[in-house]
Amino acid sequence: MLIPCPVCGLRDVGEFTYWGDAGVKRPSHREKEAGPWVPYVYERKNLRGKHEEIWQHEHGCRQFLIATRNTETHEVLDAKLAGPFGGDE
Amino acid sequence: MAGFRTDTFGTRIDRDKPLRFTFDGKPVEAFSGDTIASALLASGRSIVARSFKYHRPRGVFAVGSEEPNALVTAGTGGETEPNVQATTRLVSDGLVVSGQNAYPSVDRDLGAINQILAPFFGAGFYYKTFMGPMKRSWMWYEPSIRAAAGMGRASLSPDPARYERANAFADLLVVGGGPAGLAAALTAGRVGARVLIADEGHVLGGAIDLDDARINGTAALDWAKEAADELDAMPNVRVLRQTAVWGYYDANVLAAFEDCSAGGLTRARHWRLQARQVVLATGSYERPIVFAGNDRPGVMLVSAALAYARRFGVMVGRQAVLFCNNDQAWLNAAALVEEGLQIAAIVDPREDLPAELTQPLEQAGARLLTGHVVLAAQGKKQVEKAVIMAADGSGETVTIECDALLVSGGTNPVINLASQAGGAPTWNADVAAFVPGTQREAWVPAGAMIGAARLGEVLKQGAVAGQASCEFLGLRCPLPSFKVDSRGGNLRASVEDGGLKPLFEVKAPAGRRFGKFDKAFVDLQHDVTAEDIRLAAREGFESPEHVKRYTTLGMANDQGKTSNVTGLAILAEAREVPMSEAGTTRFRPPFVPVPLGTLAGRARGAQMRPVRRSPLHATHAAAGAPMAASGLWMEPRAYPRPGEAAEKAALREAAHVREAVGIADISPTGKIDVAGPDAAAFLDRVYTNLFSNLTTGQTRYGVMLREDGLIFADGTALRLSKDHFLLITQAAKAERVVTHLEYLLAIAWPDLRVTVTSVTEQYAGIAVSGPKSRTLVSRIVDGRDMDNRAFPYRDVHRAAVSGLPVVVARLSSSGEDGYEIYIGADHGVFLWKRLLETGKDLGVLPYGIEATDILRIEKGYPGAAEFDGRQSLEDFGMEKILSKKKNCVGRPLALREALTSQDRLQLVGLQALEGAAVQAGAHLVKGESAEKPGESEGHITSATYSPAMKSHIALAFLRGGRERHEEVLYAADPLRGTHNRVRVVDPQFYDPDGSRSNG
Repeated sequence: MLIPCPVCGLRDVGEFTYWGDAGVKRPSHREKEAGPWVPYVYERKNLRGKHEEIWQHEHGCRQFLIATRNTETHEVLDAKLAGPFGGDE
Repeated sequence: MAGFRTDTFGTRIDRDKPLRFTFDGKPVEAFSGDTIASALLASGRSIVARSFKYHRPRGVFAVGSEEPNALVTAGTGGETEPNVQATTRLVSDGLVVSGQNAYPSVDRDLGAINQILAPFFGAGFYYKTFMGPMKRSWMWYEPSIRAAAGMGRASLSPDPARYERANAFADLLVVGGGPAGLAAALTAGRVGARVLIADEGHVLGGAIDLDDARINGTAALDWAKEAADELDAMPNVRVLRQTAVWGYYDANVLAAFEDCSAGGLTRARHWRLQARQVVLATGSYERPIVFAGNDRPGVMLVSAALAYARRFGVMVGRQAVLFCNNDQAWLNAAALVEEGLQIAAIVDPREDLPAELTQPLEQAGARLLTGHVVLAAQGKKQVEKAVIMAADGSGETVTIECDALLVSGGTNPVINLASQAGGAPTWNADVAAFVPGTQREAWVPAGAMIGAARLGEVLKQGAVAGQASCEFLGLRCPLPSFKVDSRGGNLRASVEDGGLKPLFEVKAPAGRRFGKFDKAFVDLQHDVTAEDIRLAAREGFESPEHVKRYTTLGMANDQGKTSNVTGLAILAEAREVPMSEAGTTRFRPPFVPVPLGTLAGRARGAQMRPVRRSPLHATHAAAGAPMAASGLWMEPRAYPRPGEAAEKAALREAAHVREAVGIADISPTGKIDVAGPDAAAFLDRVYTNLFSNLTTGQTRYGVMLREDGLIFADGTALRLSKDHFLLITQAAKAERVVTHLEYLLAIAWPDLRVTVTSVTEQYAGIAVSGPKSRTLVSRIVDGRDMDNRAFPYRDVHRAAVSGLPVVVARLSSSGEDGYEIYIGADHGVFLWKRLLETGKDLGVLPYGIEATDILRIEKGYPGAAEFDGRQSLEDFGMEKILSKKKNCVGRPLALREALTSQDRLQLVGLQALEGAAVQAGAHLVKGESAEKPGESEGHITSATYSPAMKSHIALAFLRGGRERHEEVLYAADPLRGTHNRVRVVDPQFYDPDGSRSNG
C-alpha cells in the first residue's frame, strides 16, 4: 500500500501509523458528560469501500493526514494534511 | 532400479564436474548442475520420500516447483533445511540429504503400517474421531499423531545462515522467464523501460527446451540463451534467476524468494518488488490423471520425464508406459523416443489420432492403445506393471510390464498470482482449465497461463503484453516478430479440435480391486484420495473452500499445484454440476514455501531492534558497568567493584545514595519540548492537573489519561518560561507521549498555537541524589543560589556549568534531596566527570538503574511496571490529581463507576515475612500451601531487597488493597516454586512524609 503524503510524495505504508476513522468527531473539549465520549472512544462503523482515515507520517514528516482509502482494495484515493497546515485551500 | 544416466549430453549438467553427496547416508554420484531429484533418479533410486499420512513410498513426480512428493531435508545441525524440494535444489559437493517422515529410512519405514490402518484415516478423520466424548483424548494422542504424520523436522539449533531482504523497483516486472516472459522483457527492455524479470529456474527459457522448434532460424534453446544474454547486457534490465515470485499485494507490490544456496555468503534473499506494470507469464503445469495406485514411485508426468532426459541426461526408466489424453503428450512421447526411452505402450482414451502423432511411436515399436485407459499401477515398492482397459470399460484388461508410468492429463495454467491480485478464476471449457479472472492490479497475462499452447502464439502474447505495458507507461514500442518453425506448430490443443479430451480420473468398474492397496490419490502431498473427496461430497460439503479444509486437499506446502483442479473436477462430478459452477478455491501467498529466515532477513539477534545508547555509554562501559537493555536503551546495571556481583553493587549504591551522594545517568528519560503562546492551556487539557498556574521556574508532577480514562503516562513538566515547557517522561513511553500530543494538536485542537518536539537525544541528563547532593551541585553550578529558600524542592532554573548552559531541576525519584541536570548531549561526559571529580571528598559514586529502581520502590513511586495501561487514578490513590476546575483528556470517562470502584486492583506495598525474597510476577493468594493457593487477589509488579528497610519489599496490585493494610497473604510463584508470606503495607516504605527530599 502506498500513501501520497502531501509533504513527502508517494511513500510506503510502513512509514505511516494508522490513527483511526476520520469520520468520528471528537466531542468539544468542554464536554464533561461521559455520554458523548462513549461513541467517540468505542463505536466504529467498519465500513466497506471508501473510508476517511487519519494517518500520521510518523517515520517521515510526522504530519497527520486525512486519507481516503478503499477498505476493499486498499487503494488510497486521496490524502490531505490535517492540523494547522491542513484544510481546504 | 529404474532410472539411469544416458550418454547423451544433458543441457544443464557439466559432465566434467562430478560431485558427490549423500542421501540417507549413502553416497550418490552427480554432476554440477544436477538437482537433488535428477541425481537421485540417475542413481537408480525410486523411493525418495514417504507420504504424509500413510507413509507410502513415493518417488519423483515432477521436475519443478510443482513437485508434491520429493521433499527432503538438506544439511545438518543448525543449517538443517526441512521440506526442500528435491526438484528445484541444485546439489553441491558433500551435501547431506535425508529422507523425511520415515523411520529408520525412506526405503524401510515402520510407519508404513498406516497403510493397513488406512480405512480409518478417511476425510475428516480428526473431526469425527476427536469430537464429543473423545475430544479430551486428543491431548493424549496428539503427540504420537503429530510424530507419525508430517514432513521434515526443523533444527532446534540457531540457524547460522545469513538471510537478506532487498527492495527493487521497476517500470515493468515480468514474472516468469519462459518464452512469453522473455518476449515481454525483450520488447520492453529494448525501448528503455526499467524491467525486472524473475524466474524460479536456474536457467531462463522455461520449458522451451521441451519444444523442438526454431525461432527466427535459431534453435529454441539457443534463442532463449541469446535472449537471456541480451537481457543481462541491458543496463535497464535486471534478471533475477532462482527467484520465485510468491505473493502479489496491493499497489503492485510483489514478494519473491531468491534461493542463493548455490554459493555465496547469503543463503536466501527476500525481495519486495514494486512495479508500475506487471506481466504475468507464469506458464502451466502438466496435470496428472488419477487412477488406482497412481502414487507408486515410477509414476511421473510425461513432460517431467522429457525434461530429465534433455536437461540432465537421465532416463527415468528402462521400459515405460504412457497414459495421456492430449496431442502435446504424444509429441513429448515422440521426443522421448528420440532421447532413447523404450516405450512399451501408449494409452489414450481418444480414438482416431492423426498419423503424424502415432507414426513415430508405432515405428519405435510401442503398442498403441487408443480408446484405452490405465486402470491401475501395480508393483511392490515401485510401479511394475500397468493395468489397462478399454475406455468404455468393456472387454478384458491388459497388463503391461513397465518401470515408468508416464501420465499427462493436459495442462493447468499457473494462475496463483493472478488469483491473488484479481477476481475468481474462470473455467475455460475449450482448454479444460481454469484461466485468470479479472484484474485488480496492473497486470497483463501472457502465454500458457491463459491457455496458449503453440510456441508462436506464446511468444506473440508475451511481446504484445510487453508492448501494452510500455504503452501504458507512455513508451512507444515496436512489436518484435517471431518466426517459429516448430514440431508443435500445428498442434491441436483444444477440446473442440480434438487435441484434448478432458479426463481427470479413471474409476475402476464396480467390484474390481487391484491388489491390497488400490487407493487413487489426488493430492499426493497430503494423501488425499478421490474417495476422500467423494466422501466429503456425500457428507454435504459443496463449496470447494469447505472441501479443501475438510479433506486438506491442496493444503500442503505445494498448494495443490498438481492436484487442485483434478480434485475440483472429481467434486464437480460427484455433485453432478459442471466445472464452471463448481468453482475453485482462492489462491493465497506464498506460491512456493518460503523459509521464515528470509522474511526476518538480517533483523535477528542484535539486529532485531535498534539499540539506543546514552551519550555517556562509553563512559559507563569504561567504568566496567555491565549493561542491560531497558526497552531499546542500553543502561548500566551498576558499577561493581572488582570481584563484586552487580546485584550486590546495586544494594551498596542504593544505600550510599541515602547516606552521601550518588550520580546516575538519566539521559534515556523522555524529554519533550512544548512551546507556544497556548502551551500552558494545552498542558491543562492533556494533564489531569492544572499547569497554567505554575510559575516560571517551577515544576509539577502530572498524569495524562487516555481518552478512555485510564492512565496513559506520568511525567513532570518544567516551566522554563511563560510559553515554554520541558516535559520529562518515562523513557519507555516517550515516543508514544510525543505522538499523542501531536495527534491532539493536529486533529482535536488545530487552533492551539503550540509546537511539540522530542528533544530526548538532544540532552544528556544526570541525576544527583543524596543528602550531600546540594553541596555537590552548588560547587559546579555558576550563578545560582542553591540555598533551600532560593532553590526550593521542585524548582527549575537555567544555569551554567563551566560556561555551558544547563537546566537544573530540584527533583528526586530516590526520596533523598536531589537534582536533575540537563546539558547538551555532547557535554554529558564532561558533566559526569566534573561531578565525580568535584565530589570526591563528598564520597560521590555513580549508581546504575538497579539502584535507581531500589530507591524508587522504597519510596513507593510507581514506575513502568506499575503503569501498564490498565489502571485508573483511583488504583494508585491519585484521584486528587484529577482537577475539578477544568476538563482534560479522558476525564469524562475516568469518572465512570467501573474505574472509580474500590474493589479494583489497588497499589499496595508488601513486606516479606520470614526474610524470603518475593519476585515480580507472583500472585497474591490466601491459601497457605502452594498446592491449594486459592484464587489470585492480585499480583506483584516490582520487588527488591531494601537496604533501608532491611527487608524484602515489593509493590503490588491487590483487590481493594488500600483497605487491607496489615493483612497477611501469600506470594505464590509456581513458576519459580516459591510460596512466601507477605504483609500488606502502605507503598511508601521510606520517609513517608517526604522530609528528606523537601527540606
